[in-house]
Formats: sequence, structure tokens, C-alpha cells
Amino acid sequence: MENTKKLELKKLACKVRMGVIEGTFNAKSGHPGGSLSIADIITYLYFNEMNVDPKNPAWEDRDRLVLSKGHTAPALYSALALKGFFPFDLIKTLRKPDSMLQGHPSMRYTPGVDMSTGSLGQGISAAVGMALGAKLKNEDFRVYTALGDGEIEEGQVWEAAMFAGNHKLDNLVAVVDFNNLQIDGSLDEVNSPCPIDEKFAAFGWNVIVINGHCFDEIDEAFKKAKECKGKPTCIVAKTVKGKGVSFMENQCDWHGSAPNAEQYEQAMKELGEALAALEV
Amino acid sequence: MADVIKCATRDAYGKALKELGKRDNVLVLDADLAKATKTITFKKEFPEKFIDCGIAEGNMMGIAAGLSTVGYTVFASSFAMFAAGRAFEQVRNSIAYPKLNVKIGATHAGISVGEDGASHQCCEDIALMRSIPNMVIINPADDVEAYQAVLAAADYEGPVYMRFGRLAVPRVNSEDYKFELGKGVTLKDGNDVTIVATGLMVNEALLAAEELKAEGIDARVINIHTIKPIDKEILVKAAKETGVIVTAEEHSIIGGLGSAVAEVLSEECPVPVLRLGVEDTFGKSGPALELLKIFGLDAKHIAEKARKAVTIK
Repeated sequence: MENTKKLELKKLACKVRMGVIEGTFNAKSGHPGGSLSIADIITYLYFNEMNVDPKNPAWEDRDRLVLSKGHTAPALYSALALKGFFPFDLIKTLRKPDSMLQGHPSMRYTPGVDMSTGSLGQGISAAVGMALGAKLKNEDFRVYTALGDGEIEEGQVWEAAMFAGNHKLDNLVAVVDFNNLQIDGSLDEVNSPCPIDEKFAAFGWNVIVINGHCFDEIDEAFKKAKECKGKPTCIVAKTVKGKGVSFMENQCDWHGSAPNAEQYEQAMKELGEALAALEV
Repeated sequence: MADVIKCATRDAYGKALKELGKRDNVLVLDADLAKATKTITFKKEFPEKFIDCGIAEGNMMGIAAGLSTVGYTVFASSFAMFAAGRAFEQVRNSIAYPKLNVKIGATHAGISVGEDGASHQCCEDIALMRSIPNMVIINPADDVEAYQAVLAAADYEGPVYMRFGRLAVPRVNSEDYKFELGKGVTLKDGNDVTIVATGLMVNEALLAAEELKAEGIDARVINIHTIKPIDKEILVKAAKETGVIVTAEEHSIIGGLGSAVAEVLSEECPVPVLRLGVEDTFGKSGPALELLKIFGLDAKHIAEKARKAVTIK
């Protein structure tokens, strides 16, 4: 991937992460851990991959993203704001009454949100429906969905995976945010869905395993997905929960708790320094 | 008197879908029950617009939701038990919350499923669906009404739950009947008691009214095909004019038509409401018509309730 583009994406991802911290701090709740782990993927999708128009969020031919791991809405909202769907300042209203930014994504509240999600396992089915719809209408928009690694313990994910494989939905890409942590502990400690790659392959998917924080690998994976015909693609993105904020990294307690004032200052300082280093 | 025509509402569902297939944007989904839900009638005519999702109702509802976001009017079909029961949360979160244009065609509702028994006799679906915001619920009385209700659901923008039966039931409406979403229908006037019925109990209510007439009790009969939003006006008027209400449904007495009527009247015109339905119990195997009698879902039991009703008003 070209260095200028990569640098731009890195900076944007940093800003997305700052939005995650800003939003969850002001809301005094939310899910920073998984939002930070999926931040690079979401940044890539909105700033290098998806064909969307912030001035016309309901544009029929747009590419779609269904955030099946809906609790990581802060990352989605930050990317949408940076893309121009709404002012970035609104991130501070996250989860508050009268805010357009609900705790979990709602397509009826927020411009740019393509599907209401939050109940784990359901988003991928809607994404499959959208991809099938594109095929039936002979339209060439593409559909993306992001799943948590814990989320794929839900049986519905595999119902959807089976259907997508059987219907050869090559316009569909599912990213599994493989940060290895869920609420009650590591995947192994809870109920591991591993091996994730072999499972999706067995359901008829093209599977690509990458480092979900490396833009070169992310870029290559989405390009390969586009080239793959006759199969949906699953990108298993190995990530770090809490990525970018030292004290949140690899800590499952940061799944669903917000930083206090001191932690907020620390997190913003770290992200600010990271951004400054990129801007040199 | 001419022979009464009997037809299952699920057959009318299949027939109406076939008519709707002429529209470009209609798709029909099923979960491996096309022969039973009668979506096969549509599939034969429009195979390219029919999608079998296999035995995975939750996923089917999600796919229906996704398809609707790209501009399709989607009919998702299964048995009531699985459409409203198993897939409840997908219906709530993926369809009703975003108010998507998905119609749920739920067949094999109620005790009249017959021999398959309790696991398949869904008497809780109206209660479940009624509790979901944005959901419209239609429970037609016969095939004429069912056919028109499906067309009306297609024209309505938003989620609709349609409840159909497996059993062939007598036709109560004439061919020139006009279905109006959300409007109750007074089928017989009367001033001593009002019987408010839905689904296959509408015909039983009419039979009960005849029986009562012979005894000098003048019963009004109202068909409530749209359970949500319910026609408050017709109910309040009946309460004022007849002073007592009997409800009749092939559904649990908890959360269905009886509850809906009682909720309206307790706030807007309190009169006694006597509920006839499945008494907080599971069904069991047996021939449908026998079961309806065993569970008290017939004209005889409606008449009994009505006799009691006139004594307490």
C-alpha cells in the first residue's frame, strides 16, 4: 500500500480511537475495548474501501457496512463523523437522551448506519440479506459486516454463514475481530469458537487471516476478497482488544466500562502523542 | 341453504402471494415448510423470487430484514410457533425496531394444528407479537378475509404479522367483502351482549349468536381481524350499547384478543369482559375439530359465556 495513503489511514484511525475515548468517557459507559480493536478495519472501510456518500446516506448503490458487533458503535460513529455524515462533536452526546448516537447502532437515528444492530449474531444475517438483494437486483454494491470473535458463539452466525456459502455471495465480506477476549474472559476460558478460519472455510467461505492492525495486510485482504468469485470472504483479523491505549490493551475488563477522568486524560495523551508522531 | 364453503386461511395466503408475485419488488422466504405454509403456490409460479432459507428461522428473519433495506417487500413464512416464538428476538430487533418492510406469514397457529400436538400448537404468538412496538397483527376469520389481508399487508409500509390456520374453516364473508386494516367488522347487530371474536372463532360466534337468539338473547358479533392496532371505537361503542363483552379466540386467554379488548375497555368504558380462549395450558394431539371442542373453542362454549355475561351486567 502506498505510504501516503497508509499514513493518512493511520492518522484517521488515531482520530477514530480518540472518538471512542471521547464518547465513552462522556457517556460514562460503552464498550471501548472492542471499539479500539476494530478501529483500523473500520477506518480502512470508510476511507479506502467503501463507496459511500455522506451527503446522500441513503444512496441506493452505496456499499453497506453492518456492524454485527454493534456494541462497538463508538468506532463506527467516529468514522462516520470523520467521513462527514455528521459533526464530530456529536460524539460527546453518545448514549445521552435526544442524541442521534444510540448505545448500539440504529439506522433510524443515525445517518450512515446501514442496519440496526446490537443483539449479537443478528447483523450478519441482515448483511447476507443485503448481499443477496444486490445479486437479485444485479447491482454491484458490496456488503461488509464486522463480527466479534465472542459473537460467533451465537448459532445464528453459522446459519447465516451456511446460507451465504450456499448462495455464493461473493459480494459479501465478513470480518471477525479476533482479539481473543470476551466479557467473561478469554475465548478458551468461556466457549472457544476456534478454529475460526477452518469453520468458515468448511461453510464454503474464502478465508484470509491477517494482522488486523497492519494496513498493508488489511489492504491486501480486501483486494483479494474483491477478486474472489463464487464465495463470500471471511477476513479473520487478529487484533488486540483496547489497541492504542496502553492500560486497555488485552484487558477484558475494558470490554464494557468507560474511562474515568484520569484514565481519559491518560488515554487522550497517548493517542495525541501517537497522532503527533504521525504528523511529523 | 347453499353448502358452506370451507377453506384454510393458509391456502388463501398462498393464493394471495401468487397474485403479489406480479409485482417486481415482492420476495417470499420460507424455512423448509413451503408445502405446509402454502408458499409453494408462489414458488411454482415465481421460482426466482422464492428463497428457501432452510431450517433456520432466526436467520431467515435477518435475511428478510436485509432484503427489505435494499427495496424489497419481503414475506417471511414459517409456522407461528417458529416465526413468533423461536424468531421472536430477530423479529423484534432486526425487523420491528428499524421498522422494516417485512411481512411475517405465520401458519399453523393455534390448537387446530391437530395431531402434531402441543410443540406445534402456538397459542402465544399474538401475545408475543402484540408486545413489540411497530408491529401490526392480522388474524383473519376466513379465506376471503385472509386473501385481502395479505394484499393490504403488502401495501402497508412496515412490519406485519399475519396469522393463518391449517384447518379448513367455513367462509363467513361474502365475495364482495372489503377488508380494511385496523377496522373491526360488525357482522350481526344486537344489544344484550357483544361477542368479539377473531380468526376461526368468528364463525363460531355467529353460530352462538343464532343459538342465543332462539333463547331471546340478542347478541352483537364483531370480527376483530386486526388485533394491533385494535379498533377502539367499535369496542367502546359496543361496550356502551350492550354493557358486557365476551371475547373469543383460538389463542391463550393471556395476552391475546381478550387481553387487548380488556385493556381498551378498562380505561375507556369499563364493563365486564369475559374471555374465552385457551386456558393457560398446552394443547395436545388429536383431530382438529375434536380438539377445538375439548378446549372449549366452539359456539357452545361461546353461548355459555354469553348467557353468563347477560346475568352480570
